[in-house]
Amino acid sequence: MSLSRETIVVIITFALLAIVPFIASLTEVPFYLDLGRRMMILAIGALSLNLIMGYGGMISFGHAVFVGIGAYVVGICAEHEIVSGFIQWPLALIVCAAFAFIFGAISLRTRGVYFIMITLALAQMMYFLGVSLDRYGGDDGLPLIEPSNFSGLIDLSEKTSLYYLVFVLLLLCLWICKRLVNSRFGMVIQGARSNEARMQAIGFPTYRYQLTAFVIAGAMAGLAGVLLANHTDFVNPDMMHWTRSGDLIIMVLLGGMGSLAGPVVGALVFILLEEALSGITEYWQLIFGPFLILVVLFARGGLLGFLEKRKTSEGEGD
Amino acid sequence: MVDPHLLFEQLFNGIQYGILLFLLAAGLTLVFGIMDLMNLAHGSLYMLGAYIAATVTLAADSFLLGIAVALPATLFVGILLEVIVLRKLYDRGHLDQVLATFGMILFFNELVRLIWGPAGIEVPLPVVLNASLTLFDIPLPVYRILVIGVGLAVAAFLYVLVVKTKVGMLIRAGASNREMVGALGIDIKKVFTLVFGLGAALAALAGVMAGPIFAATIGMGENILIQVLVVIVIGGIGSIRGAFVGALLIGVIEILGRSFLDDLFKLFLPVNAAETAAPAAASMLIYILMAGVLFFRPQGLFPARSG
Repeated sequence: MSLSRETIVVIITFALLAIVPFIASLTEVPFYLDLGRRMMILAIGALSLNLIMGYGGMISFGHAVFVGIGAYVVGICAEHEIVSGFIQWPLALIVCAAFAFIFGAISLRTRGVYFIMITLALAQMMYFLGVSLDRYGGDDGLPLIEPSNFSGLIDLSEKTSLYYLVFVLLLLCLWICKRLVNSRFGMVIQGARSNEARMQAIGFPTYRYQLTAFVIAGAMAGLAGVLLANHTDFVNPDMMHWTRSGDLIIMVLLGGMGSLAGPVVGALVFILLEEALSGITEYWQLIFGPFLILVVLFARGGLLGFLEKRKTSEGEGD
Repeated sequence: MVDPHLLFEQLFNGIQYGILLFLLAAGLTLVFGIMDLMNLAHGSLYMLGAYIAATVTLAADSFLLGIAVALPATLFVGILLEVIVLRKLYDRGHLDQVLATFGMILFFNELVRLIWGPAGIEVPLPVVLNASLTLFDIPLPVYRILVIGVGLAVAAFLYVLVVKTKVGMLIRAGASNREMVGALGIDIKKVFTLVFGLGAALAALAGVMAGPIFAATIGMGENILIQVLVVIVIGGIGSIRGAFVGALLIGVIEILGRSFLDDLFKLFLPVNAAETAAPAAASMLIYILMAGVLFFRPQGLFPARSG
């Protein structure tokens, strides 16, 4: 039995991520720990977007809004001296799911380009709301006085524990995505992407299925937000800005849309590129922008898609 | 209570802002409707127009020369973008278009930062235009009246172009069936390039006129782009008429909301709560309106495709 290239890439990726804390302490560069954690948190966000975009064909250009809402729930709770993670975290997921339900219910009434624009506009609305919330820092954001407290179970101010918590949660999210995609529910979602009318004709209420997927993705992105707030000790409206949503889309596409682990690889590559390019020049987006255009024009299917393509051309594909 | 003078003045400002939105929305909605292309970089062309005009205006001390340089320069950049990149994206999905044009935004923002620096440029008003007319004791700045005049002229021009001319006929024909027009021996690619260039020039015109009002800044394009998208969604994609009505509606609501919502809230909320809630609600107003329009008319107020 041979493993697929995708599986091999995933195993290598996670093995590398698992040893990052050791490398960081060996080389005494704590920045690596920080970098690895940020990669994995964004990977959770990208995974959740891939659920609706890659498998469901729902191109949301406002997905970062749920990351932001999740982070804000943690920040606002801490501001009111509710620091218990047992309250903060479930509350954040519920709030994100509720927002995703409302936003999804509105935007799923439309299709195609309208859907893109509406998700974008709704996210910007929340961004401006965050900016105008003077009580919670407004434009400047809200410092997190202390991380979520799990009363002795795990200490999140200890950066390595937080790292491995994120690591485990990323694996958990990947597992959930795998189960979802291969379930009957996942089949309906993918069926609706290919041919919605036909799915309806054979009796599936596609709107309800799509809305459910949207809510699940929103809650998962909220988890990324909760982790992000604990990672940066800081919450600000910029987390919801539409360019952050654009970043998430880029990660999904870089890795390969609609491949299970693609977004994880994409998030890693995105952060590495950002670091490498901004090391070369302060004006790194001058390079990154055209790079993005080239990826769209010539590398459809992303990195994992590229690997799969090579596999097929070698004649061992399905 | 609300001062009627202030109300009138702000209504005027709202209409002027709406006209600005219309200039951007008109180009974008044509490109959307005819080429089925989602172009996020439209705001970058607006920014480019504003920066070029600002530089020339300051260097040559002539606002007119600024316009005369900025419009063709931006038109040129627009056509370049169409020929090099966008043309290859017409047959792609919207996601590819979004990403490629997102890449363009990153590129242009960084380019402007490299050339002009991170600070914005304040554009002085030409002395001739720095005056006010008084109507019912209300001073109306001449410059803003001019902006409204230009906008109305553009609206009339576009209407005549699309509905009454041969080029307009080709544009409409191309929108409903690309292949058929091509098969009839018409170079449809040229028509697309022309329409895209027209949109770029209109974006530049909006940028030039926005300069003296808001100053030229990095990111000016994205902020207004989102509002323009709201305009297009409300008006209906591809409809110039929808863009016009939607733009005025959004412009007026946006400006009036910011000025009067706290007064309105104070009628039924405690002063403190009203002052906190009003700015938040004002910034959400147009999006709530959009959600409402979509709920009842998912295709917008003036759906172009169906009619």
